[in-house]
Amino acid sequence: MKKSFLDRLSDRLTELVTESQIWKAIFRHGFPDTDVNRSLVVFTNVFLHLHPVKVRKGALKVRFAWCAGGLTFFFFLVLTFTGLFLMFYYVPDTRRAYNDIKDLQTVIFFGNLTRDMHRWAAHAMVFFVWLHMMRVFLTGSYKPPREFNWVVGVLLLVMTLVLSWTGYLLPWDQLALWAITVGSKMAEATPLIGVAGPFAKELGITPSNDIRFMLLGGTIVGQSALLRFYVIHCIALPLVAAIFMTIHFWRIRKDGFSGPL
Amino acid sequence: MAEKEQTTAFEIFPKDRKKTYGLMELVKGTTSHIEKEPEDTAFCWPNLVYIELISLLIATIVLLAISLYSHAPLEELAGSDTTPNPMKAPWYFLGLQELLVFFDPWLAGVVLPTFIIIGLVVIPFIDINPKGSGYYSFSERKFAVTTFAFGLALWWILIVVGVWLRGLDWQWYWPWDDWREHKPPSAVTLIDLELLLQNILGIGEQVSRIATYLLCAGYYAIGFTIPFILFRKFYKQLGFVRYNLVMFLFLSMMGVPLKIFLRLMMNIKYVMVTPWFKI
Ligand code: HEM
Repeated sequence: MKKSFLDRLSDRLTELVTESQIWKAIFRHGFPDTDVNRSLVVFTNVFLHLHPVKVRKGALKVRFAWCAGGLTFFFFLVLTFTGLFLMFYYVPDTRRAYNDIKDLQTVIFFGNLTRDMHRWAAHAMVFFVWLHMMRVFLTGSYKPPREFNWVVGVLLLVMTLVLSWTGYLLPWDQLALWAITVGSKMAEATPLIGVAGPFAKELGITPSNDIRFMLLGGTIVGQSALLRFYVIHCIALPLVAAIFMTIHFWRIRKDGFSGPL
Repeated sequence: MAEKEQTTAFEIFPKDRKKTYGLMELVKGTTSHIEKEPEDTAFCWPNLVYIELISLLIATIVLLAISLYSHAPLEELAGSDTTPNPMKAPWYFLGLQELLVFFDPWLAGVVLPTFIIIGLVVIPFIDINPKGSGYYSFSERKFAVTTFAFGLALWWILIVVGVWLRGLDWQWYWPWDDWREHKPPSAVTLIDLELLLQNILGIGEQVSRIATYLLCAGYYAIGFTIPFILFRKFYKQLGFVRYNLVMFLFLSMMGVPLKIFLRLMMNIKYVMVTPWFKI
């Protein structure tokens, strides 16, 4: 069949773009509609290279993995992006943190939307990381050779929860203060290293040298606690989590995906 | 023919002396996916990339819709002079907070979560059943799936209770109750197991305390022994270390609903009291 005018036009335009020096400088391959170029697009792109060039057809079934791991990662990216925006306006000072959040809600363009998205994405990430873990368990995907990636996953689960929890304090409202107070009460009860925990007295643990003091930087949830949680929430944990995700993804590539043949 | 193919390969992947690596050529043949022809595989681009793109777009739309419709809460400025009632942690920790009703904080907030994490970490090392890897199957791994589902159910039931059924003073509220009205403090008095034993059996304080220790130790001892005797194959397959780890974690997990049951049915506060801690 003879190609229509529009088809010929689009072919010509594609050729014009993909044969240009600029395109070649950036992508190093033609438009990915041939086998060779489809290999190269994955092979030469740092982001796409997270994937293998070819996957087994079974692994493509959404029914198998529910996209849960991928969506967890996506929510992490959304959180990073919206979090960055929030950081422009938020100062971890007990005298102004609450007002900064109020400003985000009322005067800053898209401030409220960004805050809402940050919040809901956080809930979604916690939920999806559970879903993902459940899927990995039910498909037995932690069995050799993937044992260690399951362990990395559990660490990621813990980090996800702690990330959510540290973020909870930042708005410095009643909800924040008291949720962290409940949490730190539990820390206080840690055996051996918490002042209210078993064996604390015998070991000479006091309110000013126990694990809760280390967590809060004091004996109450105050300015030092806010600063600690801020640094942990915005810098330390996202960095560590990103490193562990890198390991997680790297190992999936090296071990192969466990999906059906 | 062969020569022609070689020239195309050469044209597609020009050699570059300055590079230490390169894509050499595409060949037809079996891949490292053992004994499978390449026909069973599909190119990642566009097949997988499309799925990812679509799910990512759906997620974005849903997230945007929820954010436009429902807003993140912000309450009054933090202050220590007023305490919210009830004081609830974020939902994903409410299971642990609910456990505080039945256990002391060092157990509910620290030791049990630690056991959960350790339990999760060791799963691949204690589940040595080679079957059921890479596909859904219940019949090939009944014990593993049942145990995991039980733990998961426990976790989520406690969360549901914490989120939807706990109101003022952490009392039990049904959805149709008036959530603004305080409930009268519960009339039952909780009693320690050791006191209960004293009253029922008429034994002394010291004896009954030791009896509770023995009961608790007995729970684990009997739990360890029964499968050891009745399911020799189970023990033999796992070996000494794995078996003890599995049984310890399993019995500890079952201990949680057991204590909840004892509390709800027999009003028992602690099953074991020591000078340092209470369980
Ligand atoms: C921040 C958290 C996490 C992220 C972003 C993440 C991401 C991913 C992604 C994208 C995959 C590819 C397959 C899929 O989508 O299911 C995957 C696979 C896997 N994940 Fe995770 N994951 C996380 C947490 C976990 C947790 C909590 C566990 C288990 C405790 C886990 C264990 C595994 C294992 C064993 C695989 C290999 C599965 C297979 O080959 O079928 N991951 N993860």
